Amino acid sequence: MLLGGAATAAVAITQTSFAKAVQIGIPEKAFGPDDPTKVPGAPPGELGTRSKFEKLLKSPSEISSRTPLQDLYGIITPADLHFERHHGGVPVIDPAKYELVIHGMVDKPTVFTLADLKRFPSVSRICFLECSGNYRGRGTNQKLSPQDICGLTSQSEWTGVLLSTLFREVGVQPKATWFLAEGSDAAVMTRSVPVSKGFDDAMIVYAQNGEPLRPEQGYPARLFLPGWEGNASVKWLRRLELADQPFMTREETSKYTEPIRNGKIRQFSFTIDARSVITYPTYPATIQKGWLEIRGLAWSGRGKVRQVEVSTDNGKTWHLAQLQGPVLDKAHTRFRYLWQWNGSETVIMSRVIDETDYLQPTLRELLTARGADTGGYHLNPITAWEVKPNGQVLFRPEV
Amino acid sequence: MIPKTACLKILGAGLTGFLLVAVQASDQAWGNSPVSEQSVKPDTLGWPARFGLGRPATAKEIAVVDIDVWPDGTGLPAGSGTVSAGKALYTAQCTVCHGATGTESATLGGRLVATSLTGREKAIGNYWPYATTLFDYIRRAMPLTAPGSLSNDEVYSLTAFLLQANQIIDSTVVINAKTLPKVVMPAQKFFVPDDRKGGREIR
Repeated sequence: MLLGGAATAAVAITQTSFAKAVQIGIPEKAFGPDDPTKVPGAPPGELGTRSKFEKLLKSPSEISSRTPLQDLYGIITPADLHFERHHGGVPVIDPAKYELVIHGMVDKPTVFTLADLKRFPSVSRICFLECSGNYRGRGTNQKLSPQDICGLTSQSEWTGVLLSTLFREVGVQPKATWFLAEGSDAAVMTRSVPVSKGFDDAMIVYAQNGEPLRPEQGYPARLFLPGWEGNASVKWLRRLELADQPFMTREETSKYTEPIRNGKIRQFSFTIDARSVITYPTYPATIQKGWLEIRGLAWSGRGKVRQVEVSTDNGKTWHLAQLQGPVLDKAHTRFRYLWQWNGSETVIMSRVIDETDYLQPTLRELLTARGADTGGYHLNPITAWEVKPNGQVLFRPEV
Repeated sequence: MIPKTACLKILGAGLTGFLLVAVQASDQAWGNSPVSEQSVKPDTLGWPARFGLGRPATAKEIAVVDIDVWPDGTGLPAGSGTVSAGKALYTAQCTVCHGATGTESATLGGRLVATSLTGREKAIGNYWPYATTLFDYIRRAMPLTAPGSLSNDEVYSLTAFLLQANQIIDSTVVINAKTLPKVVMPAQKFFVPDDRKGGREIR
């Protein structure tokens, strides 16, 4: 019998009219023969699965869920591991009923269906998307992984229509300088975005890594603003209103703004500054003496990564890391640095320089520039890891 | 017959100007087999002035979803609210997440009421720059478990109560489309545009 024990494990093998076995579930025993060469494997399936031996999971809180950066390779985030942040839960939207209305200071207020959006010339682009509140490294806890510290960043190939194409279609009036983007989630979340970004590189995307957007990422269509804080890339997009001023919504006034020096509050701080983070070796990994490759991700909302430097002596000396191509504009870029660990205690860290010559700062430098009360938005500090003589790797909080 | 050089003008969205593509086609390289010009010309049709997709949005259907309120009051509906009615509504529907007085910090909904303008904890009185945002946000997103369930009068009343609790208006002020945009929020003067710009300086 194919897949012995199938009757007792929760397996379902269906016979098609062509008498081919089709796997629609994987039986317990199919995973664990001592010698896989002596037992026929599982038949072809309708949907791929991850190996049972891999435990790739986001870490959810009440309002967000974090990408397991330390468990991933390359630069693309699997769609089901893309971070989540939403303000009223994930809505269920029937694509057949989906509509995007564009109105306000336009010549032709227009309603687009999803099918309409897909008929326009389509553009695909690999970009990171990061929440601006993506740093959880303040405090004394050393048992933090990259996922815990900055797991609110992910990268996808996004496909959709350029917003400039739609702006042209509806005839955006010259006096329009801002537009409101509104989602159809329970928060009916809104952000104001400069029209210039709409003409520059904004997209309305309906696909992610080759498949329709995941519900958590805004199915069936969302705004996507390359290099800008994730909150402004409004998901489940239902409406764009063109105007000659920002709308001063809650998310751009009482949230997503940061106190800076002299009692001021910085507003419309859209761009994500350059950042790098080592993803291996980091907590909870344990390493052994000898050669290993320090690996990580670097990115900038202002363009391409120019170089990444790695220190293995607590920041005393820095060495150029290899950039793994492709090095794309406003995209996670993989870096690697070969290191021979001699078994003694040390601290490793990375820093990025982007094409504007911005050098990733320390947390102390950020707090010196902005004041200690700046809060948690747009913190992109150098992140350091203690390597213990027993091979344990721990996060090293800075201040 | 293939021209030695074919210059194709491609209109890229009418926004990025035009791009000249020179296609070198040697008779010898191609053998003498007839090659359709179509096969070497991308986007031969160019972009039309408009694609003609979508349908006109009617004023009526726009009005259904056009719920935003501008800082100058544009979008505020008819109706009005009072501090006392707002306080009763707050007690009935908001305390579960925001605490009995709104000054509580460790709540699911976060602190709403500031006790001083310079307090470090962000609240309406010391951090929100526009009063109109209160109406806009409460109407679209509150209460958490039943968003969009409040009447316009109820939203005006809650707005009035929260402004009074933050000592921005007194308890007799009626809040409506005329009075709300005139409320000046203490924190408005603190807001400055983003001044980060890349390069070496950390801001």
